[in-house]
Amino acid sequence: MRANTWAGRNKVEVRDVPDPRILNRRDAIVRITSTAICGSDLHLVDGYVPTMQDGDVMGHEFMGEVVEVGPGVDPERLRVGDRVVVPFPIACGACGACAAELYSCCENTNPNAGIAEKMFGHPVAGIFGYSHLTGGFAGGQAQYARVPFADVGPLKIESDVADEQVLFLSDILPTGYMGAEMCDIQPSDVVAVWGAGPVGQFAMDSARVLGAAKVIAIDKEPYRLEMAERAGHTPVNFDEVDVRSRLLELTGGRGPDKCIDAVGLEATHGSAHIATYDRVKQAVRAESDRPHALRQAIMSCRSGGVVSVIGVYGGLVDKFPAGAWMNRALTLRTGQCHVQRYMKPLLGRIERGEIDPTRIITHRLPLDDAERGFELFKNKQDHCEKVVLKP
Amino acid sequence: MELTATTTIRKPVSEVYAFWRDLENLPTFMAHLEEVRTTGDRTSHWVANAPFGKDVQWDAEILDETPGEKIGWRSIGDADVPNAGTVRFVPAPDGVSTEVHISLVYDIPGGTIGKAVAKYFGEEPHQQLDDDLRRLKQVLETGEVVRSDGAPWGKRAREEFPQRPAQPLSDAEFAKGAEA
Ligand SMILES: NC(=O)c1ccc[n+]([C@@H]2O[C@H](COP(=O)([O-])OP(=O)(O)OC[C@H]3O[C@@H](n4cnc5c(N)ncnc54)[C@H](O)[C@@H]3O)[C@@H](O)[C@H]2O)c1
Ligand SMILES: [Zn+2]
Ligand SMILES: [Zn+2]
Repeated sequence: MRANTWAGRNKVEVRDVPDPRILNRRDAIVRITSTAICGSDLHLVDGYVPTMQDGDVMGHEFMGEVVEVGPGVDPERLRVGDRVVVPFPIACGACGACAAELYSCCENTNPNAGIAEKMFGHPVAGIFGYSHLTGGFAGGQAQYARVPFADVGPLKIESDVADEQVLFLSDILPTGYMGAEMCDIQPSDVVAVWGAGPVGQFAMDSARVLGAAKVIAIDKEPYRLEMAERAGHTPVNFDEVDVRSRLLELTGGRGPDKCIDAVGLEATHGSAHIATYDRVKQAVRAESDRPHALRQAIMSCRSGGVVSVIGVYGGLVDKFPAGAWMNRALTLRTGQCHVQRYMKPLLGRIERGEIDPTRIITHRLPLDDAERGFELFKNKQDHCEKVVLKP
Repeated sequence: MELTATTTIRKPVSEVYAFWRDLENLPTFMAHLEEVRTTGDRTSHWVANAPFGKDVQWDAEILDETPGEKIGWRSIGDADVPNAGTVRFVPAPDGVSTEVHISLVYDIPGGTIGKAVAKYFGEEPHQQLDDDLRRLKQVLETGEVVRSDGAPWGKRAREEFPQRPAQPLSDAEFAKGAEA
């Protein structure tokens, strides 16, 4: 089959690879009908996530048709011919973490748990196409994928909604939603979202759906800010204005009640010397992540507020404003999304027209053009916001 | 050498205990074992995997047992690698899970076998036992050892790094299976 693979730093390559097969009794093989490129994939391509290997099949946002099931798959839950959206964290459904609905922390699905434990203190779940640290599972930017625990995670789509309406249930819609949900939003809340990428856009829409009084979008890409503005959110361009002062202005001096970091470890900084400080530290590996958005969110948040982090961090950060966090009674909440928890309720919201996931799609390309898709998305060319690939 | 490890399994003590007490189950998750055969009520014959020391076998006897709580065994006769183990099963505070606490003691000899065993355990000997318990948890909670494309051979995945790429196995790789 054809699959988009990691080919070293800054390089992806669509290659011929073997077709997947059943390795565990509860596996299914899915023929992929739609898949997408995510900001998380950029961290892999840019070389910020260790344990990638040449030839790793990328991609963790995909859906399609079940073409084969292992002997252990409960036929009440999944059969050949079912149309499914596959959540990016692989969860067993039986461990303590799964019982607590902390699916992205599943204790059983990462065969490389030993490595993950060394890095993170405790292991994390397996993730499709997301390095060997999270299990070494082939991903979904491909014609087919093997899906372990196929009777646990995948969401069956029983209506005839288009792929594009439901594809993002695999990751970014639940992720944005979880970012907003962790904010415990009250009707009087002003919510500020750092990053107007796909995840940020869905965090903004979710904050609105959950009843926020005002939602602010922070980024530097005018076209992404315009996209947020068209959806009813208030744009702030960090290349043009000082974010903290602008946020104070927009909130009568209080600061946003809730702040969402939808940027993660590759944040850029308007002020050159600070950006350079973190870039150099990152380059010499004295710091693995550049936490500009996180720092700014903590400094900007109203006292007693919540800072919700869905942007991905991989290792260590420098100059973490612990004083602001502690003295101003901030709550920090975070996590890789527990996608399985949100798929059904969000499918309901899509079907009722409360959220339109298709609004962020700017590019539709054949799988064989994945390389170009990555380029457009990474370099923000051609007003690229979200690329959907068709195998 | 003494190794200890512990894990929590979301199954009742009775089930976890029974699984372990049937010593023939141990090779499903303990990487260094090829086979354990029950030879009597308290006696068994253990065969190690090649990386642990080719042709290393021994007889063992359960010497200390409290049903539902504890199993203690040791090798008997002139074992190549004299060893002993104790496993305790403790109800976890959540009321549904079981804590498994294991301790193994190996009397590592000199010579070729000693070298093979030392190499097997490597620089971080406890890692092997941690991984054994992770697989025990997988087997009891999910029914089998979880495989990925990068680490497709379950229990027999020896080298953690670097692995084969995270892409599907070729027919030849699949047919060949894990190199023991
Ligand atoms: N928690 C999860 O489960 C989960 C799931 C999916 C994605 N993510 C993460 O979410 C983040 C965003 O994903 P995406 O797909 O939207 O990626 P993206 O790269 O398209 O978006 C990031 C946006 O942040 C902007 N940005 C950079 N520096 C900034 C700063 N200092 N302040 C404000 N904005 C800044 C960029 O211009 C860009 O528009 C990534 O880190 C991704 O890995 C997390
Ligand atoms: Zn993603
Ligand atoms: Zn689990």
